[in-house]
Amino acid sequence: MSALSVQDLTVDIETPNGPLRAVNGVGFEAEQGETLALLGESGCGKSMTAQAIVGLLEPIASVTQGSVTLNGTDLVKASRRKRRQMAGPELAIVFQDALTALNPVYTVGTQLAEPFRIHRRMSAKEARGEAIELMRRVGIPHPDKRVDAFPHQFSGGMRQRLLIAMAVALNPTVLLADEPTTALDVTVQAQIMALLKDLRAEREMAVVLITHDLALVAEEADKVAVMYAGHVVETGPVSEVFGDPGHPYTKGLLDSVPVHVARGEELASIGGTPPDLASIPSGCVYQARCPLARQKCRDERPQLKATQGQRKAACHFTEEV
Amino acid sequence: MTGFLRRRAVTSLLPLIAVLLGVFFLARLTGDPANLYLPVSATPEQRQNFIEANGLDDSIWVQMWDYLGGVLTLDFGDSLRTGESAAAMALRAFPATLQLAFSTMLIAVVGAVVIGSWAAYRPNSVADRISSFLSMTAASVPDFWFAIVGVWIFAVSLGWLPTSGVTGGMASWVLPVATLVIRPLGVLTQVVRGAMVSALSAPYVRLARSKGAGDLRVVTHHALRNAAAPALTVAGDLMVGLINGAVVVETIFGWPGIGKLMIDSILGRDFAVLQACVLLTAVSIFVLNILIDIGYALLDARVREKVSA
Repeated sequence: MSALSVQDLTVDIETPNGPLRAVNGVGFEAEQGETLALLGESGCGKSMTAQAIVGLLEPIASVTQGSVTLNGTDLVKASRRKRRQMAGPELAIVFQDALTALNPVYTVGTQLAEPFRIHRRMSAKEARGEAIELMRRVGIPHPDKRVDAFPHQFSGGMRQRLLIAMAVALNPTVLLADEPTTALDVTVQAQIMALLKDLRAEREMAVVLITHDLALVAEEADKVAVMYAGHVVETGPVSEVFGDPGHPYTKGLLDSVPVHVARGEELASIGGTPPDLASIPSGCVYQARCPLARQKCRDERPQLKATQGQRKAACHFTEEV
Repeated sequence: MTGFLRRRAVTSLLPLIAVLLGVFFLARLTGDPANLYLPVSATPEQRQNFIEANGLDDSIWVQMWDYLGGVLTLDFGDSLRTGESAAAMALRAFPATLQLAFSTMLIAVVGAVVIGSWAAYRPNSVADRISSFLSMTAASVPDFWFAIVGVWIFAVSLGWLPTSGVTGGMASWVLPVATLVIRPLGVLTQVVRGAMVSALSAPYVRLARSKGAGDLRVVTHHALRNAAAPALTVAGDLMVGLINGAVVVETIFGWPGIGKLMIDSILGRDFAVLQACVLLTAVSIFVLNILIDIGYALLDARVREKVSA
């Protein structure tokens, strides 16, 4: 059984002009000890998917359909109380912007101790000890001194380490990482990803990595789910999907990575822009930008269906890609 | 911290001197005490004696120097009306004002934190409506109107509460405090609500929720401390108003505080007492401001660093 199984997840946003479907029937599975990447450009619904999973959607957005199964519990149907009990020990998230995510008025020690205080009812002293241990584990120098420092006294990379420490504090089954390295420079990025990988192996977590970075997916993930306009358009093992894409969007993304381009040559790109959520076409969501589009694509929306092995693609003409 | 306090004391000195001089000159614009204290039939001789006894024949500059010299030695002169030391009179009236101000502020702060946080947490709830109603009332209804209507209903018609004075025990506190609390409560509730709305939507609140923090913990622990700084600023301002501006309420309710003493001194051309009162409130406002700054530093480490830098 998968550690996390998301099925037919649908999220609607209330607007004065009626609901907008930001996430539309998204499904994927994350396995223990593996990293699944949720890949897509800005506005494709990947962060909204993550927020729906951890139950932190903005009040104007809500899950209208589907299930999120974690350790046998459907999080969509679970009570607020049950979700709160699972937040930390079973499911955790690492946010993107570590400076604003940490509370500026409390020491990092207090904030790191919080999971232990809330879920294990530890005394302040015991929890502080755990906090120091966690800081040591994620590679923060002099943890016994730094435990009483405030978030603004840490560098960006160190703050991201603190967020990761907080997330893994209670050994969650599933760890979501929402663009955990976007705000960091490249060398620090590599260190943070290495840390996540170590922790994943050490604690046998399933990691869901939400990102727009193709290189990161290629290096870090075992499986990938490619999202476009609120839909998963392709999913499968990273090496297979990136080696031989089964959806024209995935192919378009991979082609736009500048690998063997000489100076002065034009870079490949996908023409057009993603559709506005308010006017998603009735057929294939990618039809307007797809080089293979034809009448069938305008008439009928392709469903995500198995192609070969563990792979799936939502394209009528996947063999032509 | 001691460096900070020293700096604040030095920078407070100049405005304090300005206050001293301002009150000295303004008080003398209200008229000649000799006309007020002596009967119309007083002989020129009696008048001359009165003026000489009180140093009123010196030039205004000499009077000013005498006065400033006295302040430096904590001698504020004597009351023209009672002959008692002005400083003693001001100090005796001050506790009544402080008690009124602190009890009012305590109720306002507790009420504002509860109603404001609740209103921010549940928009359009009952608390949210109470909060809008309070701030509308605070902004539009003057306190003397409240005082008069309150006296009319609860003291005169119903006879539940005394009309004025402090002799009625707890009951004599109800109307003055209720009248004074409306403005601070309305203003503060709105400030707390606004600050809490932004704190509750901050990323650190999402992080706290992702760690399994419950509603109460999120509101009281994570959001409230971040929302406290703007509320503290406004609470300080309102407290200043209560310390020196309870004049109307103290007069209506015959509250023996510094506001009433000031009014009586102005009406009686009792310069020495007026000056002592104003200086006392000015000093307490400077002290209050320093306390507020210390409050900021206690709430937020980032402020502490700036202060010690």
